[in-house]
Formats: sequence, structure tokens, C-alpha cells
Amino acid sequence: MSKNKSEYLINRHDNQYEVVIGLEVHAQVTSESKLFSTSATKFGAEPNTQVSLVDAAFPGMLPVINGYCVKQAIKTGIGLKAKINKRSVFDRKNYFYADLPQGYQISQFKDPIVGEGKVILDMPDGQKEVGIERLHLEQDAGKSIHDLDPKNTFVDLNRSGVALMEIVSKPDLRSPDEVNAYIKKLRSIMRYLGTCDGNMQEGSLRADVNVSVRKKGSKEFGTRCEIKNVNSIKFMQMAIEYEANRQVDLIEDGQTIDQETRLFDTKKNETRSMRSKEDAHDYRYFPDPDLLPLEVSDDFIENLKSEIPELPDEKKKRFIEKFKLSPYEANILVSDIETSNYFENVIKKSDVKLATNWIIGELFAALNEKNLEITESPISAGNLSKLINLIKDGTISGKIAKIVFEQMMEGDKDPQKIVEEKGLKQESDPKALEALIDKVIDDNRDKATEYKSGKVKLFGFFVGQVMKVSGGKANPQLVNEILKKKL
Amino acid sequence: MSDITKQSLSELVENIKGKKLSSSEVTKAFVERSEKSKELNAYITEDYANALNKAKKFDEKPNLDLKLPGIPMAVKDLFCTKDLRTTAGSKILNNFVPTYESTVTQNIWNEGAILMGKLNCDEFAMGSSNETSFFGNVQNPIDKNLVPGGSSGGSSSAVAAQLTPITIGTDTGGSIRQPASFTGTVGLKPTYGSCSRYGIVAFASSLDQAGPMAQNVKDCALLQEVISTYDEKDSTSIDFKRNEYSKELTKDIKGKKIGIPKEYRVDGMPKEIEDLWKKGIEYAKDCGAEIIDISLPHTNYALPTYYIVAPAEASSNLARYDGVKYGFRAEGENLIDMYEKTRSEGFGAEVQRRIMIGTYVLSSGYYDAYYLKAQKVRKLIKNDFDDAYEKVDAILTPSTPSSAFKIGEKTNDPVSMYLNDIFTVPVNLAGLPGISIPAGHDAKGYPLGLQIIGKAFDEQNILNIAYAMEEKINFKKNVTDWWIK
Repeated sequence: MSKNKSEYLINRHDNQYEVVIGLEVHAQVTSESKLFSTSATKFGAEPNTQVSLVDAAFPGMLPVINGYCVKQAIKTGIGLKAKINKRSVFDRKNYFYADLPQGYQISQFKDPIVGEGKVILDMPDGQKEVGIERLHLEQDAGKSIHDLDPKNTFVDLNRSGVALMEIVSKPDLRSPDEVNAYIKKLRSIMRYLGTCDGNMQEGSLRADVNVSVRKKGSKEFGTRCEIKNVNSIKFMQMAIEYEANRQVDLIEDGQTIDQETRLFDTKKNETRSMRSKEDAHDYRYFPDPDLLPLEVSDDFIENLKSEIPELPDEKKKRFIEKFKLSPYEANILVSDIETSNYFENVIKKSDVKLATNWIIGELFAALNEKNLEITESPISAGNLSKLINLIKDGTISGKIAKIVFEQMMEGDKDPQKIVEEKGLKQESDPKALEALIDKVIDDNRDKATEYKSGKVKLFGFFVGQVMKVSGGKANPQLVNEILKKKL
Repeated sequence: MSDITKQSLSELVENIKGKKLSSSEVTKAFVERSEKSKELNAYITEDYANALNKAKKFDEKPNLDLKLPGIPMAVKDLFCTKDLRTTAGSKILNNFVPTYESTVTQNIWNEGAILMGKLNCDEFAMGSSNETSFFGNVQNPIDKNLVPGGSSGGSSSAVAAQLTPITIGTDTGGSIRQPASFTGTVGLKPTYGSCSRYGIVAFASSLDQAGPMAQNVKDCALLQEVISTYDEKDSTSIDFKRNEYSKELTKDIKGKKIGIPKEYRVDGMPKEIEDLWKKGIEYAKDCGAEIIDISLPHTNYALPTYYIVAPAEASSNLARYDGVKYGFRAEGENLIDMYEKTRSEGFGAEVQRRIMIGTYVLSSGYYDAYYLKAQKVRKLIKNDFDDAYEKVDAILTPSTPSSAFKIGEKTNDPVSMYLNDIFTVPVNLAGLPGISIPAGHDAKGYPLGLQIIGKAFDEQNILNIAYAMEEKINFKKNVTDWWIK
């Protein structure tokens, strides 16, 4: 086992515990219609307005597979460098609940559509590979609403039958930070592929988190608990921390851990038991006789492979090799498809180094402050590109550029126009600068004398004064040169 | 035309097309006879007024190019019919009115037929005597207090009693062929995937098939031609070339090889059945067929296999009847209590028994021993047929191990009831087509049927054999109208 400084361990008395985490991520397939019906899947529609007879399980209604969802699942599998199973089987997972109209969920149990794959995480101390166990397609359930009426539960079936991909990781994760990186990477890959929008607020991405602990160095896994349906990365991390500590406390106290399903209470920041192993449902899985096994040909898979865009890992490699970006910069720029698209649009017509710095630095900070996504950026890639060119060709200084940038954030204006309108063009005429500098030296005779007598630190003062007098427009390089001569 | 209801479907179609009869006349005749026949309890829901209206409309603008022009028809209450209550013979769907139409019935209406009402059946098609229906027993027109078979008992009774010129049933383990045999009528279970299951209340999805039930083979062929279509709404529907079965019907079966499976000589089979089978073999020979002894070695395992597979699927298929969305609901303290009360009160004993069997065989720890093993045996049974069809074109067996029995006779003996399906069940497990035709009577004068089993998608062949044998058998119907006062 590699020793690294960011190792996440829980210390109790003289013991060190390692945390072992596996995730079952439920990702909603990006698709106009549901997995086995033609109902729409739009988020936020009026309750029970996107429900077909199939979704509501009327007598005699039959599921018909949505081929688009199958393609999306296979594409995701390709993105996870996973084995695509040419034959997969839909099973029924039987249980009763008011928001499960059929009395069973159609899922894939023994023969999932996607087999083993992997995801590479970029951690501060290097890369880490997380194994994917499988990916399968399944239906979502409806939604039970318990707080609209003191006595009754309301059911909204809009979500009933929506296609989900359940992506099961191997128990390869070892810390909340790795979980954060894993979810982000998974989300990034699916967004590149267009197979899941990864919107956690809308529930498009949620996870069941399996947590166990073991003494450091132990090869055996501890007894795990499954924390159900956590819908944000922050909550996942909090739940893991709480749960791992709870388990360590139990062990240290000489108690055993019960294998059970737990819920994370986000208000109290604690997990609590939902049901024990003994109470676990017997889902009576069996192949759904309404559906034939799903068979896809090699050609079908190959065709989909040809539709796969450049994914973050490949893009990162290209950015480093072609644009000489640092791995850190590349990671940030490929982390989501919109950012990388933005970056690539900016550098079409401008300097890569400057573009990288401006995007990672100014732009991200400004967007963050305004709580905007890159897709909502007031500054278009084209205009940022123009701004960078104005810096590059000496029309404006970096400092002025920041002023222009701020104006651009107020509305997507052409930086050229801002520079012209506000008269922000850099002063690079040596004669004009000389006049300016003469005046500054004249006004500060005493300091000039001090400088000449050896107080060289005062050079900076003169540069500052010149810039101030010029309203920041003086070309700093020329100012330096002329000042040196004059003083 | 004194007795319209005595006419076969083919005759009625001919007379309507020849403008000798109107749809209204025909519909009125069958409605009147149905109304006089309430004692049979063949109907669950009558829709006579609408039927007469539709007939009138048809006559105003008759389209005589259709295959079933203005023909009135009652159908098994397992088919969802738009705007007409569909109960599946169960209390739990007592108040259920679909907003949609099953593909099979839609195909029938598209050819000009008119819905008269919904026919009684065993609850969720689970039964062999129609005694499990929430809507009561159905009388067999052959004799008072005789079961009409099941689960399509209302259908067989209605056809035999001429309350409808023809009808459709569903067959999961014999539910068309056994009641046909018990009532002296013809019933075809098509190849699995031939008729769409869309809109049919599901019992066991991998076995259920709709099929025609008729007075004679020709009518049966005509209706099969109408109901069998490829349907994208049913993922198990199969896109194969479907014949115009009635047009291509022929009595020329010279040289056809017909197999006689030795394993169907079951222990304790009445001599009457044995004799009927022998007679059947002679009839087939008379028609020019070649008789070949064959073996279907796994026949013995068919019934136990069926009684694992069918309840397993049913236990899951019937989970949707939970009182939440439609149908019967019993109030409860909480959700679980509501479920328990709804399903205890809404389902009858036989349905509950099968749900429990099905739940058991799918349970973790038992799944491999029961469900998985049953699936393996099912494959072996199918392989038996595949092997046999290397040598023969069709297989001839009795339809049932006995004639119809008295109402109540087997109610408390489910296993003896299940044995009724011993000759029909293997056909469902293998997904093959099978037809039962009336072939004789037992000592009590009750009808007995012979079953002809075909290769998959080879409905034409077994219809032809049945058509040829029907002529030789020359079955004499002995329905006395005893229930009409």
C-alpha cells in the first residue's frame, strides 16, 4: 500500500483505521422519453402530467424498451472504459410501495448491460484508479409526498419509469476527498458524453454510499453499512465521516457492526438505522417475461464508439502535450465539457498561456463571485479572446485589461470598444512618456536626489507615480526604460 | 332466416355480405338469445344496447369488404375494452373501466365486428372450471351443473350455447383448449408471439396467448387471421409472415406425418379417452396422414414446471392490484394495512394460493431449486418438441384426461383440478400452437376433444389437419337448450 501524505485515517487510542468506500451512483439518463414508455421526462412539470398507462401500470400494459436509453448506457460504458455486454437481461425487482405502480421495478440484476471498467482520479499526490463493477439500466420510481396533508400521502408518477443508470464502483475509495473526486469525474465523463446532465439539485445524480472501516494494513474488509440515497457531494462526505467514526467507535468499544441500511439526516449530520440485514427486502428478482433479453451487435457498439467525443482524460493529455499546460491547469480546464469548450474557443484566436491564466484566474473568480456557470458567463469566448489579443499586442496593459474585464462582466461588450470609448489605450509614445516622466521627476526633486545617492528602492515609487499620473495607461516597459535613463 | 343463432360465423358473414341479413338482425338475434340464457351466467358485463346501436350504424353504411362485417361478438373479460368494464373475473377489478382497447379486440372491431359484452372467466384466468370467478359459476350448455371448463368458461359456454357466433379466449396452460373440449367446440391456442398481449390482463406473461373459440375449424381460421398481427406495443410479439388462414384452409393433408407421443398415455387415463385417441388416429389415417410413434420424454415434468413458472410470473404480475391506483380498495390503518386488506378481500382463494406459490418459488434460497430448475426443465420440454418435429409435421393427443365434471366436484382438490391441464400445458411451455376439436362423446354423452399440436408459426398446418379431421369425425352437437324456459 502506498504511503502518501494525504492518506485519510481515523485515529483512536493507538489504532489507525482506514475507511473503505464503494458507491452506487444513480444517474438519470438524458433522454426525451422514459425507459419503457413514451412519456416525457422534463424536470419540474406539474405532478402526474408525464404519466402513461404503462408508467401507472394499468392492466395489460406492457413495457417497450427505449433504444435511445440503451445507446446512452452503452456510450457511458465506453466512457468508463468498460466491457459492453452484448446480451443483457431485464429483471423484475419486486416490492410494494405506493409510488411503485407495477409492484416491481424493472432493473438488471444478473446480466447488466455494462461490465467492469475504471475511472481515473487526479488527486493532489497523483492519479488513482477506481474500478467500476458494473453499470445497469433501471426504472426510477415515482415520488411520495408525505407533507402536504396530515393523513394522506400524495404520489407523483412523473418520475415513474424514467431511465436510470446505476453505476456501481468497486470498494476502491478511501476518503471523502476521493469520493468528491470520483463523483466529479463520473459527472464530467457523462456530461462530455451527453448521457446524464449530472444535476444533483434536480436529483439526476444521487448515490448509495457503502462504508466500512478496518485497521490500517488489514487486508480483510470490515462489515459495511449502506447509506441510502444521498444527493450531494457535501452530504456524501459528511455522511462518510460520521459513519466511519461511528463504526470505529463501535469497534474500539468492543462491539460489532451490524450490516444494515442507514439514512443520512442532513439536519443532524448523522446516519441512523433504516433496516437491518434481517429486515432486508427479499426482492424476488427474476427475468421480466414481458421483455426479451437485450442483444446488441458488435456493429452497433462500434457505431456508438465512433460517436464518442474526446473525453476528459484524453483532452487533458492533449492540452499538456500540445499547449504545454501544467497538469494542474489542464485538470481544471477539462473538468467539465463547457469549460474545455470555452477554453478551446478562446485559444482559437489568442495566446494559450494568457488565455489559460485569464480563464483560471480572473474569469473563474468573477463567475464564482456572481455564482454563475461557465455557460452563463457574461463574457463570450470571442470577446475574451479579443481582450487577450489587446494585451498581447501591447494595446493595453495587464492592469488596464482588468478594468476592461470588469466592464465586460457587466455585459458582453467588445473590449476594443471599451478601450476606445474610455480612452484606455496604452501610452507607448516615448515622447509623451518622457514629458510625463520629466514632470514626475521635477515634482519629486528630493526623492530623485535620494535615488541618485543610492536609495535604488525608490525606483518603484517613480514607476508608481508615472502610472498614476498616466491614469494607468503608460506602457510599463517603456516607463521602466525611460525612467532608468532619466534618473 | 328463422334461426340466425344456429348459423356459423362463416354463414353469417356470407349472409351479411350477400345482403340476406343485416347486422341489426343478426345482433338482435344473438342479444335476444343471450338475454334468454342468463342462467348460464356466461356474461359478466352486457353491452346489448350499444351493440344494437352499433349494428344499426353499421347497416346505415355497411362496409361489406370487411372480414367480420357487422358480426356481434362477446369476448372474454380478460381483454381490456375501451369504456366497457373489464374485471378479469375478479372483485379487485370489479369497478375498472379501461380507457384503452387491447390490440386483439381492436383488430376484431377494425374488421367490422361489434362488441356485445364481456364473458365470464376464472379470476385472472386461474382455473380450469370457471369456478374461481368472482361473478359465479358458468353453466355448461351440455348439461346442468356441469362446468364449462376454464379459464375461458364463459367463452366456451357462450359459443356452445350460440350466444355469440364466435369468441376469443386466452390460454396460459389450456384455458382455450380445455373448455373447448368440455363444450364440444373448437379452440385454438396460437404460437406464443402470434397475437399481441397488449391490453390483455396478464396472468403469466411468458405463457399467455389469446386465441379464437368457434363452432367449427373454418370460423376459427377466419378469426385467427383477424386477431394475429405483429404489434410493437408487445415486446414478445413476433414479426413473421402470417397466412390468410381461412383462405388457405384445405382438407388435403395427404402424406402429413402425425406423431403420437407415448408419454401422453398417462396413468389412470379413462378408457374412453384412450379409445377417443385411437379413433382420432384412425380418422387421421383416413385423411391420408401418416402416423408415427414419437417420444416427448419430459412430458411428466410439464405440469410441475408449469405450476412453478405460471404462479411465479403471476405473483409479480398481480402486484399492481394494490388498491392505490384503480380497482377495489379496502381502507386500512396505514399503507401496509390497506394493501393487506385490499388484496385479502379483493382476490379469491385460488388467486391467493397462486400468488403465495409464486412468491415462495421466487424467494431467495428457493429460487434456484424451483424457478431456475423449472426454467431448465421448460427448455428440455421445448427440446423434446423440437426433436419430434424433425420427424413429424404435427402431434395428435387427447385435449383433456376426462370430460367435463360437475360444478363443485373438484373445488377442494386443487391438484386434481390442475391435472386437467396435463395435455395442454406442455404446448404453452414450448410456445407452440395447439387446437382442440370435438371428436366424440363419453358414456354420459359429454363431448371429448382431440388436440393437434403444431410447429411454431405453423397454425395453417394444424388448422388444415383439424379441418380434414373435422369432416371425418362429423361431430354431433347435442345441446338441448335446457336452460331456456
